[in-house]
Amino acid sequence: MSRDSALVSAQWVEDHLGDPKVVLVEVDEDTAAYDKGHIAGAIKLDWTTDLQDQVRRDFVNKAQFEALLSSRGVANDDTVVLYGGNNNWFAAYAYWYFKLYGHQDVKLLDGGRKKWELDSRELTDELPTRATTSYTAGEQDKTIRAFRDEVVDAIGVKNLVDVRSPDEFAGRLMAPAHLPQEQAQRAGHIPTAANVPWSKAANDDGTFKSDDELKALYSDAGVDWGKDTIAYCRIGERSSHTWFVLKELLGQQNVKNYDGSWTEYGSLVGVPVVLGDEPGEVDA
Amino acid sequence: MCGATRGGLSLDGVDVAKEAVVQGQVVRDGEPVPNAYVRLLDRTGEFTAEVPTSATGHFRFFANTGPWTLRTLAPQAAVVDRKVEAAVGSVAEVTIAI
Repeated sequence: MSRDSALVSAQWVEDHLGDPKVVLVEVDEDTAAYDKGHIAGAIKLDWTTDLQDQVRRDFVNKAQFEALLSSRGVANDDTVVLYGGNNNWFAAYAYWYFKLYGHQDVKLLDGGRKKWELDSRELTDELPTRATTSYTAGEQDKTIRAFRDEVVDAIGVKNLVDVRSPDEFAGRLMAPAHLPQEQAQRAGHIPTAANVPWSKAANDDGTFKSDDELKALYSDAGVDWGKDTIAYCRIGERSSHTWFVLKELLGQQNVKNYDGSWTEYGSLVGVPVVLGDEPGEVDA
Repeated sequence: MCGATRGGLSLDGVDVAKEAVVQGQVVRDGEPVPNAYVRLLDRTGEFTAEVPTSATGHFRFFANTGPWTLRTLAPQAAVVDRKVEAAVGSVAEVTIAI
């Protein structure tokens, strides 16, 4: 993957409005944003209800994902273009999710909803109609998804990239600052993790920084490009954004997103935790 | 609980005693701006969070005690930075004119 294949510009999207094989999908952390107005023809996925199992803590399974996309009119050979607010925070999560289930042609709108709005491009409240399809998902691609035991084993061995804000990393905050403070049992971070806040990868308008700027960002934080990498945040969505940068923009091999992230790790019994601004030692 | 918090002055349902609330409204010529984005930057200038303004131009963050900067982006407007001091147990109200 590369920037050219994984990203499209707002102008590209505007030029492809009405193309039946291009499906625009809005995914926002503010699940009501779509209802206020969206790009013409865009469908909505609600990350809390559409993409999460409603009983156990996990994603919807293959059959549920197939039913979801079929009902929304997404076909296997469609070009799926995802966009959302907050630097594409949840759109990047959905991108990773589409890749997890093997969708071939998926892209992010560079800058997402914010860039679109700041450009004063048009939004509509008209709901699109798409004929249902029979979507076939692949088995989950576990090469891009990390689970807790693998994360514990990665301490001091692989690159661990904690993409939360510095205050969350250090244990001074438990959650992003626009959300009520709750979640994991303990604050802090996984020993040896580098702290590269996900938002550093984006410009103020939400577009991604250049490849050179991105490489320098992670190199300066101590990421070893010769090692495998696991990215995590609090619930796995901001780290999807970083996963996208490392894997899809910079073409780094073997990058996984730990979707359990701090809400899981910070509640595990007996695992090492580091407080403060430094990565910490292996045997913390 | 993970929805971007809709702005608004009502604190119904918020345990103010436990939170360092920073909230307010974005206005242009005295009128609310519903399509702005407000970013919360920490004491080092690092991005911490961002919310879109509500239909009435309001926004809200749950921060922590200390100094913060609110950076506001809106269509056809220059970027506006405003400093704000937050404290647990209090509500910092800010009106941002663009």
